[in-house]
Amino acid sequence: MDTTLQDLNAPHSMGTTIIGVTYNGGVILGADSRTSTGMYVANRASDKITQLTDNVYVCRSGSAADSQIVSDYVRYFLHQHTIQLGQPSTVKVAANLVRLLSYGNKNMLQTGIIVGGWDKYEGGKIYGVPLGGTLVEAPFAIGGSGSSYLYGFFDQVWKEGMTKEEAEQLVVKAVSLAIARDGASGGVVRTVVINSDGVTRNFYPGDTLPLWHEELEPHNSLLDILNAQGQSPEPMNI
Amino acid sequence: MSSAGSIDDLSVRIFPPDGYVFQIEYDAEALQNNGSVVGIKCKDGIVMGVEKLKASKMMLSDSVHRRTVMAVAGLGADGARIFARAKSEAAKYENMFSEPIPVKELVERVASYVHLYTLHWLCRPFGCGVILGGYYGDEPELYMIEPSGISYRYYGAAIGKGKQAAKTHIEKLKLSDMTCREGVLEVAKIIYKVHDEAKDKGFELELSWVCNESERIYQKIPDELLEEAKSAARLPSRKTLITKRPVELPFY
Repeated sequence: MDTTLQDLNAPHSMGTTIIGVTYNGGVILGADSRTSTGMYVANRASDKITQLTDNVYVCRSGSAADSQIVSDYVRYFLHQHTIQLGQPSTVKVAANLVRLLSYGNKNMLQTGIIVGGWDKYEGGKIYGVPLGGTLVEAPFAIGGSGSSYLYGFFDQVWKEGMTKEEAEQLVVKAVSLAIARDGASGGVVRTVVINSDGVTRNFYPGDTLPLWHEELEPHNSLLDILNAQGQSPEPMNI
Repeated sequence: MSSAGSIDDLSVRIFPPDGYVFQIEYDAEALQNNGSVVGIKCKDGIVMGVEKLKASKMMLSDSVHRRTVMAVAGLGADGARIFARAKSEAAKYENMFSEPIPVKELVERVASYVHLYTLHWLCRPFGCGVILGGYYGDEPELYMIEPSGISYRYYGAAIGKGKQAAKTHIEKLKLSDMTCREGVLEVAKIIYKVHDEAKDKGFELELSWVCNESERIYQKIPDELLEEAKSAARLPSRKTLITKRPVELPFY
């Protein structure tokens, strides 16, 4: 049909939910894992949290290509900067570089980025660089199509100085709420914790996430059911 | 073997057989004809003093960036060019990285700019030496850039007419224990000591610092401290009182 053909040729966009929160000691970045081309899910397990340096990561949303290119350029500049400085770059420098590229090419790019990391001068910091190329430093930031459903949620639930566990639970809960309501977000939840001790990646499979109003329970696939019963289905002999 | 005055010293692009690029050596002579500049690194900041000879080609000690202090000694016009370049480098860096340019970074860029002019036959090298200091990060930093483009980090540095004598005096100081307030008095004394009263009638002393007291921002030192420094500097030697300015009574 016409619509499916259009979908296959549509640009890869990350209708997305991305979140960055600061906590007492660092930051936590979280994201879903759906990359869609129109109605087709091109990648159901993508990694939208990308590393720039040892201590700075970004969450990417919007056009997959645009956000990848921006991340690549900023990673390159930061690498040079680290060599010149002789020590790790600060999060602020990384965020500024992202902003300069986003704003300077605003006519051509369509990407919203959340920059998060930890440095020894400022501690954990989150910067949002949304579509137009503004730079906003905030205790937490949300982005992507799924974030529309989270503004009220964060208004109520957000508090300063959470512990690492509280903050991570908050991020996972928020992403799963957005996945429930936003068709362009889905898959698994990935989080990255950045603090003075280093970086930790966590992975929450889709079927372990809490269910919300009217969501159906996950079922095992027929393959899993048959395997559990001891009958492994044989491929057809043609 | 080549020697000064032979054909080998005519241009920077000529490399004499014994490897001694004379043009760069002669360049350093330009500094000897101008007033002295002294810079020291104290435990809480940088102090810089300039001997501004009356009607001389000495450059002001000025701020390139609010967190650094830079003094250029030598030909004034060349110095202005170096200043402009340093300011431009500092501004571009801050625009891109949204943080003040680290002193080491600025020094590397200014030094490579100065060095560039020793490589091309079209241009003559800068007739200037630069002392650059700043307190950005963990420790105060002081660097000196020679006309050849080489730069090193120093505890104390001096260029210009009285640099040999100044260096001897600086070496006697215990800089690691000195605060900038004390450093100001010491720098003033050194400049007064190396000032050659016979050859240059009268001069103006300019002092500035980047230290904890000035909140790590470039500042011409406050007037009362300047007066205190001048008085303390004039105390020991009666010779320096023979100037065209009104004589001030020693301060006890």
